[in-house]
Amino acid sequence: MAYSNYNCRIEKTFRDLKSANKPALITFITAGDPNFNYSKQVLLNLPKAGADLIEIGVPFSDPMADGPIIQKSYRRALKNGVNLDEVLSLVKIFRKKNNYTPIVLMGYYNPFFQKGIKSFLKEAEKVGVDGVLIVDLPPENDDEIRKHLSDYKLKVIRLASPTTDRQRLTKILKISSGFLYYVSITGITGSGLSKFNTLKNAYNKLKRYSKIPIVVGFGINTPEKAKIVSKYADGVVVGSAIINELDKTIDKKSNINNNVIRLVKKFSEAIKEARK
Amino acid sequence: MLKKFSYRDFPDKFGKFGNYGGRFVAETLMPLILDLEKKYNRYKKDKKFIKEFNHLSKSFIGRPSPLYFAENLTNHLGGAKIYFKRDELNHTGAHKINNCLGQILLAKRMNKKRIIAETGAGQHGLATATVCALFGLKCVIYMGAKDIKRQKPNVLKMKLLGADIVPVNSGSSTLKDAMNEALRDWVSNVNNTFYIIGTAAGPHPYPMMVRDFQSVIGKEVREQIFEYEKRLPNSLIACIGGGSNSLGLFHDFLDEDNIALYGIEAGGKGIKTGKHASSLLAGKPGVLHGNKTYILQNKHGQIKEAHSISAGLDYPGIGPEHSWLKDIGRVKYFSVKDNQAIEALKLCSRLEGIIPALEPSHALYFVTKFAPKQKKNHIIVMNLCGRGDKDLDAIAPLLNI
Ligand SMILES: Cc1ncc(COP(=O)(O)O)c(C=O)c1O
Repeated sequence: MAYSNYNCRIEKTFRDLKSANKPALITFITAGDPNFNYSKQVLLNLPKAGADLIEIGVPFSDPMADGPIIQKSYRRALKNGVNLDEVLSLVKIFRKKNNYTPIVLMGYYNPFFQKGIKSFLKEAEKVGVDGVLIVDLPPENDDEIRKHLSDYKLKVIRLASPTTDRQRLTKILKISSGFLYYVSITGITGSGLSKFNTLKNAYNKLKRYSKIPIVVGFGINTPEKAKIVSKYADGVVVGSAIINELDKTIDKKSNINNNVIRLVKKFSEAIKEARK
Repeated sequence: MLKKFSYRDFPDKFGKFGNYGGRFVAETLMPLILDLEKKYNRYKKDKKFIKEFNHLSKSFIGRPSPLYFAENLTNHLGGAKIYFKRDELNHTGAHKINNCLGQILLAKRMNKKRIIAETGAGQHGLATATVCALFGLKCVIYMGAKDIKRQKPNVLKMKLLGADIVPVNSGSSTLKDAMNEALRDWVSNVNNTFYIIGTAAGPHPYPMMVRDFQSVIGKEVREQIFEYEKRLPNSLIACIGGGSNSLGLFHDFLDEDNIALYGIEAGGKGIKTGKHASSLLAGKPGVLHGNKTYILQNKHGQIKEAHSISAGLDYPGIGPEHSWLKDIGRVKYFSVKDNQAIEALKLCSRLEGIIPALEPSHALYFVTKFAPKQKKNHIIVMNLCGRGDKDLDAIAPLLNI
């Protein structure tokens, strides 16, 4: 059953949060943005600031599901020559200090494909990656990764969106593990969520079919929105808002770490309020 | 009974050409492209759809385009007999409109009110804007900022036809980036928008659908060459950006193994310089824009910028069917450089009174090297898939005239 595997950081995290009646705060940062050391510093501080699970973006030159903020972030990281191997070494460093916060790598298929799926899975598991979410790899096309999955503990996180109909959802849930990522809007990252009732209805429908936790991502760009959604959702993903803060801070040359962490704390406090 | 192998039975039902193709898109788009595939499979057999397509092909585009014996060029080169398939005489000046007509008829039947497209040379954007004007649909064209500069006449035409042009400044500000931006628009406007992709690339069913709509080119050649020669050609030659005009010419002939097929990629400043757009000759398999195919990329899977003087060939990928045809050896691929294409453009203008676009000028340069080595009874058909008007501004400084 979904919540019973205690060895898995993802499952343990959601199980613990559930018993405490808390939603999960999932924070996104890009590996290597604005450079390797900064992202290392921010990464290490995220759990203390309230991140329950961390998504690390694997930079890609052509992120077709991302808006301007994350596009820019990937560009900065790529300028520094960050590649998938360095993303893995970032996780390795993190795991030396933190062995409980789940890490999910989020990216586009080509960098994984070029590394070789088998060697990626092997190394990722070794350094302590818990899951991988590949934006442009729908279940119809994931045979190259699916055929190896039974050999590794790594989870492939699946997505559902407002366009996913029930029949498709059933298919997706059948092969899902860890958690399901619900894309709250038909759009790209960084667009603002506005139709809260539509989202809530859609979410509650999804919940009826899913045995695993469902988190909501895309469009949650303020602590207020995070609070509204986390009244009912198992977790919320905050991405562009964090990267945007980082972006602003780079220009002002002020302390990136402090500002980003301060923002994450605000999100964390907001969602803690949600279920009071 | 064992069915005989046919190249024309591909893609398979998963949209794969061997290992290539498929559907690598975000979940939000998956239901849309599955629906599109269903609708396409239905309407391609629908008598009314076919009738409307054929009627407008004839009356609006001006099909069939002529097959022309380029006698002066043939005599000048002194070898094979050279024929041009004159798709540059189509309405809007290139082959692109064949595909746009097919897709807009589909969009209409799917009740989509808003059309988006990416464009490099502006030929696909122009063709899309044209069919949108014809059917009264809203039209948004994504175009790299660099391409807007080098294809000015087309930009003006698109605006005149009522299209909105969105300049794209990300990445290399060319075709690849325009395609990213169009995909982002599509994901954001799934309910009312139809994405008309301009070449035989993108997620399934686009590579198949675009090829099918373009295959009218080869079908016409089969009939037309018989009138001249009472036999089929020996070689077919076409330039390759994403691969739609070439597949349009080749597809009907794929199973005739005695007909040699040559695809010509843009060599830019030369493959060795790294500034080129020869994805098949210098790239490796990867995933971009919804399909697995040969791509120009670094060893970490980051996409490289392509380079070509021709905006229509300036793309780091290639349609998946070509990747497959390359691996199994059915089509041979070569690359032609910027300056060689210009040389061919000048030659053709003076000898034949036809100013070709930069894109087919790449194929033409290959013809000038290939034809002299063939016997006099060797017949070549080259796809002259676009006319040069759009390029004059950009190449004027290089012409020394
Ligand atoms: C005249 C012309 N030829 C060729 C191409 C290349 O595309 P494809 O390989 O799909 O024919 C273009 C693209 O814009 C074009 O405008």
